[in-house]
Amino acid sequence: MCRRLLLVLLGLLLAGPTLAADYAPLSGGRFASVLPADGKAAPASLKPFHLRTEPVTNAEFLAFVRRHPEWRRDRVPPVFADGRYLSQWAGPDALPRQPVTRVSWFAAQAYCESEHARLPTWYEWEYAAAADATRADARSDPTWRERVLAWYARPSNEALPTIGGAPDLHGVRDLNGLVWEWVDDFNALMVSSDSREQDGADKLGFCGAGALGMEQKENYATLMRVAMLSSLEATDTTTNLGFRCARSD
Amino acid sequence: MKRLLLFLSVLLLAGAAHADASLPGDSVYRLAVPLTDQDGHTAPFATRQGTPQLVSMFYGSCTMVCPMIIQTMQATRRAAGEPPAERLALLAVSFDPARDDVEALRRYAATHKLDTRWWTLARTAPQDTRTLAAVLGVQYRQLPDGDFNHSSALLLLDAQGRIVARTRIIGRTDPDFVTAVRKLVANGGSSTGP
Repeated sequence: MCRRLLLVLLGLLLAGPTLAADYAPLSGGRFASVLPADGKAAPASLKPFHLRTEPVTNAEFLAFVRRHPEWRRDRVPPVFADGRYLSQWAGPDALPRQPVTRVSWFAAQAYCESEHARLPTWYEWEYAAAADATRADARSDPTWRERVLAWYARPSNEALPTIGGAPDLHGVRDLNGLVWEWVDDFNALMVSSDSREQDGADKLGFCGAGALGMEQKENYATLMRVAMLSSLEATDTTTNLGFRCARSD
Repeated sequence: MKRLLLFLSVLLLAGAAHADASLPGDSVYRLAVPLTDQDGHTAPFATRQGTPQLVSMFYGSCTMVCPMIIQTMQATRRAAGEPPAERLALLAVSFDPARDDVEALRRYAATHKLDTRWWTLARTAPQDTRTLAAVLGVQYRQLPDGDFNHSSALLLLDAQGRIVARTRIIGRTDPDFVTAVRKLVANGGSSTGP
């Protein structure tokens, strides 16, 4: 296991810049998100964009850290990542083709910038993840939901699979079933839909009524993801939280 | 094997030094974002170090909560004994760089009679706005009509940019927060010294 990582490290030393990541085009358009744009029922409106076909891997993130040593484990300041940042790399079990996890939002954002990209917005991510192999929006199919929920049920202490899942309709892989993924606007998800409805000091803290009204309450699988993302701080790193990048067209 | 790995990693990673290694690791000034103020001056966020800061985020066209945020910042400064500009500065950064250009910020400061000896209203690029909000722990989201929803937070930064205190109480002063401001100002901006 360790030898494999060593080999990759050596390979990186010798190979120089890694191959460019694959990005697939997605057409966007109107999309019924679990988070209505106006907090009531308005669909999200998405411009065409490109999405990385795979989450960023350990090997790719290592190459990035090598080029940008300020993101090394021993150099990253606590204002940008918590103490467990990349801590899995200290052990023998990190595989090159596993998605990188234990990365903070700041680190993920910096990585995407290095690919001349950015983190996807929640709407972009949700839109892409709604697809299956044949349909752009498979969310009403119980099979789609069961697959997502079955993944949530997987114990988090099991080793992460490597990338290379089956491509969906757009050619994007592993959106559901591998890792949780950062989105650019993770700190915008649960903010109340209307800060103009002020009626008391308690609500002022959130500039409006507590939480965003969520549509499609039966879409439990997606709501769980929203709840998880919105609970994060930008410095948080977890065993199952990785990312992929997106580009505006 | 682990040692060899470590050695290899060091070999791989040795290179550029960290840009602002003099700042504490938990300083928000590690964030390299430029801020443009109501007079059109642009300077890195980190140039605000040296003076304790009362910081919040707002947007100019917000009619309900944002004026209350600004007023609460004023009231907190008053409650803390109106320290002079070199001992406490007030900074409000816009969520809405598209509409809050320099002219809009200047007008806002004039309308609300903000004394720019200690007040700064600022804007930055959209992506930097998101990053700044992440560092400050502020949540915001743009609505289809162009308005914003956002969490309301007042933060107190020490001279080196550490977040010393935070309150979500808006509309009146938070006594604990005021105490923290007084204490920091009395210590000359140091939150770690005696």
